[in-house]
Amino acid sequence: MKSTKTFTTFQLTTLVLLRLLIGWQILYEGISKLLIPNWSSAVFLRESQWILKGFANWIISHDGVLQVVDFLNTWGLIAIGLGLILGLFTRLAAIAGASLVFLYYLNSPPLIGLEYSLATEGNCLIFNKTLIEAVALIILVAFPTGSIIGLDIFISRFSKSKTMKEE
Amino acid sequence: MAKELTNMNENKTYKRRTILKALAGIPVLGFFAYETLRKLDFDRNKKSIVIKELGLDDLKAPEVISGAEGKKGDLLRVGFIGFGNRANQLSNSLGFMHPDQIKSREKNGTLAEWLEQEDLNVAVTGICDVFDLHAERGLATAANEVRPGGNSGQNLPAKRYKSYQDLLNDKDIDAVIVATPDHHHAHITSEAVKAGKHVYCEKSICRTEEELYEVYDTVRNSDRVFQLGHQITQNVIFQQAKEIIKRDILGKITLVETTTNRNTASGAWIRHLDSDGNLKPGDENSIDWLQWLGSGPYEPFTIDRYYNWTKFFAYDMGMLGQLFTHEFDAVNQLLRIGIPKSAVASGGIYYWKDNREIPDVLNAVFEYPEKEMTLTYSANLASSRPRGRVFNGHDANMELGGSLSITADWDSTRYAEQIKKGIIDTDGPMISISPGSGGDVDAITSATEKYYASRGLTTTNINGRRVDVTHLHIKEWLECIRNGKQTSCNIEMAFEEGVTCVMANKSYLEKRRVEWDPVNRKIV
Repeated sequence: MKSTKTFTTFQLTTLVLLRLLIGWQILYEGISKLLIPNWSSAVFLRESQWILKGFANWIISHDGVLQVVDFLNTWGLIAIGLGLILGLFTRLAAIAGASLVFLYYLNSPPLIGLEYSLATEGNCLIFNKTLIEAVALIILVAFPTGSIIGLDIFISRFSKSKTMKEE
Repeated sequence: MAKELTNMNENKTYKRRTILKALAGIPVLGFFAYETLRKLDFDRNKKSIVIKELGLDDLKAPEVISGAEGKKGDLLRVGFIGFGNRANQLSNSLGFMHPDQIKSREKNGTLAEWLEQEDLNVAVTGICDVFDLHAERGLATAANEVRPGGNSGQNLPAKRYKSYQDLLNDKDIDAVIVATPDHHHAHITSEAVKAGKHVYCEKSICRTEEELYEVYDTVRNSDRVFQLGHQITQNVIFQQAKEIIKRDILGKITLVETTTNRNTASGAWIRHLDSDGNLKPGDENSIDWLQWLGSGPYEPFTIDRYYNWTKFFAYDMGMLGQLFTHEFDAVNQLLRIGIPKSAVASGGIYYWKDNREIPDVLNAVFEYPEKEMTLTYSANLASSRPRGRVFNGHDANMELGGSLSITADWDSTRYAEQIKKGIIDTDGPMISISPGSGGDVDAITSATEKYYASRGLTTTNINGRRVDVTHLHIKEWLECIRNGKQTSCNIEMAFEEGVTCVMANKSYLEKRRVEWDPVNRKIV
């Protein structure tokens, strides 16, 4: 996918702001899991209701698997958050972020008839803020800003000069 | 030349601007790190301030036992009088298990925990039960050589006695565990003490005032060691609750609420069917029915009466004797309230419309004008909504169960300043101690911690190991026998509890307010 257009300042500002805010939120989610003693995703997975219920139960009932999931989740969130804030591998971070957040949504979507014992934020029907965040991350994939504001500048420079040399 | 310079300058500015753009995320990250550290600091401070302000920073899990120790004292020979379901549990706590149970616990993975239990250096040498099946189960349990403490325990041959008198006459039995239906408790305990045996008796201690005076006088005037079966005092959480009361964290306590919340047939003492819905075994050929009835009125044998005896006043005091006794003991151990000045109880049979006599909804109120407090007991056998056991103080309330949580009162005098400053939050508990955390004190800061804090268990956690509290209660009894010390549920505690329960039962039956006359030591 090659972008032919450049962004107006307003477009660029809002896209980068969206990237930073989502990055901040995801990074703190990861960090707080590190900080809570004995944190485990089991509490969240136990709530799983829809198509991933069986998979979630399988994770909980296998201690080793649960530990791997906990580790990947915590460090995955931290890596994605850092990527979005720094604008480093922005596209990859946004894709990974969208997938992970979408998984959270699939575990406990606010569908009619599904009820959860853990408190959820706001009043939602079918779609919720988790899904909106996943879509927002897809927007960041569609309109990448890392190589305009972010460390991806160096990466795109490096690959550009490489292609120029090859030419 | 001039043009080239301008170009170079422009190039430099362009480069600088590109680098700034590339590194734009760094200050955001710096801000993030700064705020995260600030939040961490705030949480840590809040925690330590709460714990310090309450003077609880030195409150750690007491070390009741230090793991597997060497055998203490001489071997004690124990006899069981009554070997039904509760006796089966008691035998596990004592260090004995039926071979079938060993197999099923091996299957569900809970056998190892039991095998780690400390060896109490006892042998079960006598079993008495009116039902052949139960007696045989008792004998097989006593003889099983799979024992905690690496099978080092001694097994002496166990003998079956047809009557409890025969068992008490055996000089080779040092101590007895009484786990019969309640209408035998007081009398058998008295007879056992007279025969020179130490006694561990299940609750409740009595059914009537007369029974209570008989057992109280006999035990008090002897040198035998008596323990009533209220194991809650052995819970580590409970001992920390004691410290919290001692340090006056709750302020003046004027109301203590205790409850029972059950909603099953078994919880309502309908227990004559097995899991497949068939009648449980037993008939007049295999059960010595007259001995079972004891001094009570004659009733023809039925499976219902044999298994569901709790439903009838001839054998116990219903929820007051079976469940409130535990509640009263918990409160009395903590606050030493003793016998109330008055008791009022009312209730009815509103849900379980069988042949029962005991109420399935009951409310009792006990007044302690000298202590300036009221104790209430609210019991329901047809709703399981948990209502806890709550000590309501002017400054904070404490909910005490398998775990403990203390919530500051919005209108507290003592914590007013901290509540105003936001150091103490009144929306959730400010202090919680849960068995999973090894009994360490923790101030609550997050929802996840709150979630974990609400869990409870029937075992206690000592040095990171789950320990059965009944085991600790029996162990205390045996140690007191060996060292001549006082048990925590001694005859004085049992007497106070017995009077209180009989008062409420009398109030329910006679539909009036009853009082305790402390001079003549009588219920009026």
